[in-house]
Amino acid sequence: MAMAYAANEEHSHDDHSHDPTGWRRYVYSTNHKDIGTMYLWFAIFAGCLGGILSVMMRLELAQPGIQYFSGLAQIVYGASADAAVDQGRHMYNVFVTAHGLIMVFFMIMPAMIGGFGNWFVPLMIGAPDMAFPRMNNISFWLLIPAISLLVISMFVGGPAGMHGAGTGWTIYAPLSSFTGHPGPAVDFAILSLHIAGASSILGAINFITTIFNMRAPGMTLHKMPLFVWSVLVTVFLLLLSMPVLAGAITMLLTDRNFGTSFFVAAKGGDPVLFQHLFWFFGHPEVYILILPGFGIVSQIVSTFSKKPVFGYLGMAYAMVAIGVVGFVVWAHHMYTVGLDVDTQAYFVAATMIIAVPTGVKIFSWIATMWGGSIEFRAPMIWAVGFIFLFTVGGVTGVVLSNAGVDRSLQDTYYVVAHFHYTMSLGATFAIFAGWYYWFPKIFGYMYNETIAKLHFWVTFIGVNLVFFPQHFLGLAGMPRRYIDYPAAFAGWNQVSTIGSLISAGGVVIFLIGVVMAFVKKEKAPNNPWGVGATTLEWTLTSPPPFHQFSTLPVIK
Amino acid sequence: MKSTYTNIGGRLAALAAGFAPVSVFAEAGQPTPWQLGLQDPVTPVMENIVWFHSWLMIVITVITLFVAALLVYVMVRFRAKANPIPSTTTHHTGIEVAWTVIPILILVAIVIPSFRLLYLQRDIPAADMTIKIQGNPSWNWTYDYPDLGLNDDKTSKVVFTAYLKPEKDAVADKVPYLLATDLPMVVPVNKTVKILVTSDPDGIIHSWTVPSFGLKIDAIPGRINEDWFKVTKAGIYYGQCSELCGKDHAFMPIEVWAVDDATMAKWGDFMKTGPKPDALQQFLKTIKPAAQTVASN
Repeated sequence: MAMAYAANEEHSHDDHSHDPTGWRRYVYSTNHKDIGTMYLWFAIFAGCLGGILSVMMRLELAQPGIQYFSGLAQIVYGASADAAVDQGRHMYNVFVTAHGLIMVFFMIMPAMIGGFGNWFVPLMIGAPDMAFPRMNNISFWLLIPAISLLVISMFVGGPAGMHGAGTGWTIYAPLSSFTGHPGPAVDFAILSLHIAGASSILGAINFITTIFNMRAPGMTLHKMPLFVWSVLVTVFLLLLSMPVLAGAITMLLTDRNFGTSFFVAAKGGDPVLFQHLFWFFGHPEVYILILPGFGIVSQIVSTFSKKPVFGYLGMAYAMVAIGVVGFVVWAHHMYTVGLDVDTQAYFVAATMIIAVPTGVKIFSWIATMWGGSIEFRAPMIWAVGFIFLFTVGGVTGVVLSNAGVDRSLQDTYYVVAHFHYTMSLGATFAIFAGWYYWFPKIFGYMYNETIAKLHFWVTFIGVNLVFFPQHFLGLAGMPRRYIDYPAAFAGWNQVSTIGSLISAGGVVIFLIGVVMAFVKKEKAPNNPWGVGATTLEWTLTSPPPFHQFSTLPVIK
Repeated sequence: MKSTYTNIGGRLAALAAGFAPVSVFAEAGQPTPWQLGLQDPVTPVMENIVWFHSWLMIVITVITLFVAALLVYVMVRFRAKANPIPSTTTHHTGIEVAWTVIPILILVAIVIPSFRLLYLQRDIPAADMTIKIQGNPSWNWTYDYPDLGLNDDKTSKVVFTAYLKPEKDAVADKVPYLLATDLPMVVPVNKTVKILVTSDPDGIIHSWTVPSFGLKIDAIPGRINEDWFKVTKAGIYYGQCSELCGKDHAFMPIEVWAVDDATMAKWGDFMKTGPKPDALQQFLKTIKPAAQTVASN
């Protein structure tokens, strides 16, 4: 098979008859576009899975008391009625954990980097494919065992007599150590993260090599589309931060199974060390999740304003600055662990600095629209929604950066609201913007504009109803990761749950739109967006040929 | 002086965010239904947090409204119908410098009061009383008062563990379920209390917090974290564990009674007698601070 495929590549210019077909086309794929498509379907699947978990949590939190999880524990784990109370409480934490890990590692990252990155980095720089096509294949297929292990972890032993890893996505030791979770659930989760991390590191190497070595003649770094810049910065963050997570969870694994004591206080270890290592990865990770979204939004705002991006160099280097500073702010997640006051002061100042390049980006997007001739197609509406909602998430980030105020807000729903405004309303809006923007190019069919706009408005109303009231809950002091809460918090929780159901309706509309596009098969033109769409992918057919740029384009 | 600031700042912030008319102001010590802001402060630290947060609310509300206004303006003014020919401007050094420098100035205006607050919190003053707090693996808190006297083996005479008050007891006693404990941590009002917070060496991380004190400090195995508070108003103040610690994370509340010196001494003496649970509950009823008025839904 490998030989046949190699032969195929040699004379692939205009001869598509040797292209692999059927399951081989995907399972053995070395084609960046097919792999990108698989990443996108995978992200949609994982997003639905993570979304279902979140709706279950919101249903549980609709009112005080425990409504569903005891019964769920009886059904899923076969717990007796007595044991179901404890098992249900733990099961809620398992859902919190799985929701976070799935959305971070198996929804946003695969969609943005694996999906859109794979598809459009080579197309935008005028390259025929990624630098290491087979490595690209393994990067994708590693995700299948990774998510499988995570799902399995929900059903194997966790704490004594219970199932699953209820550690939060932060897997802080010693809750995640043998102390808190003697069963193998955490081991499964760790191995899942190891494999997902390996997948990301391989992908990062591939993107860095592709972007540095495979740009078409004339495509200098300072002419690259901003989406490519965003992916370049993102994969550097991945390459540098993922090994730190791998180190941390490997130490955790040996603590759990081989008698080491890196994080075991009673044997001279330090639980806080785990938090430093985790957040040294974790903070760059949150920029990994949002930076490609910055790139997508830049492309879309420019296209539909029919204007080049305003302040291109400032935009590119703002992302570089966010990436660099993003590595030296990690302990702002740890203001309450007892860091000395001067250390906290440093992390306050460093964290605030990130607001400056972020502000540059927001204002440059608006300046790109300024003087433009703006078409409000669905991708543009999603992009404008992103800009506003990300601003809201950004300013609450400035509030939280202050250690003094964070004392009140750390580990409350205010933090949950903040990071969902940047992730659920930021990154996810960027993904949907990119989805509608590139859907005609990827699949060759037009999406239904009305459904796309309906999808936007339902989602916009839904997610704001979910997360805006959570600011109030956090200010009032409601801690996060709580299955039950004092009656005073009931009102806003109920509003939040209603919003969650509306958001779920948005997902259904999205799926209907996808199905309709494939049923109607309305042929997409090569460039559906007109004069504003100036990047190289719009010079190709929709969908592009199996292999493009056999003759490299020359960029003047 | 400070409280005037607090009110003006809080109202401005609420007004700016557009929810002033229906604002429900928080009662001290616990959250209230449909609460929008922070809990009322009862320590100098929390007073400063409330003031500083109000200042931040003004800044971020103005920024958000400014961005929203710009977005609406460009969407209306530069929509394709209104502006068919796009401009080709892609650079303007002046404005790019402005939108870099002005945010820096805003951050300076934030960071100065921020540092003042941070050093107020973490420069721990000389204590009038020290209390040791330990988070336990069985999801409850142990309070240890070395200043109330030591036994011959150097252990404190007053040591007790506070458990969640079960729902039926909480309803019967008319106290908030999931906030109330069976035994309160009793502290003197208007005195600087230093707390030394840790977790069982074989346990997991918890976090001890009382929102109306503006205090949150992690209880970590193998570490002793110190923090402080000076409650300026007698009353009952509640908090909840604030670091994920397993199945009963939501079920290990914190209840603090701030009482005058005489009551504090009375409580200390009574605790040293090693009272039976029923007698202790009877005694606590006699020293319970005045009931809080809680806004009904």
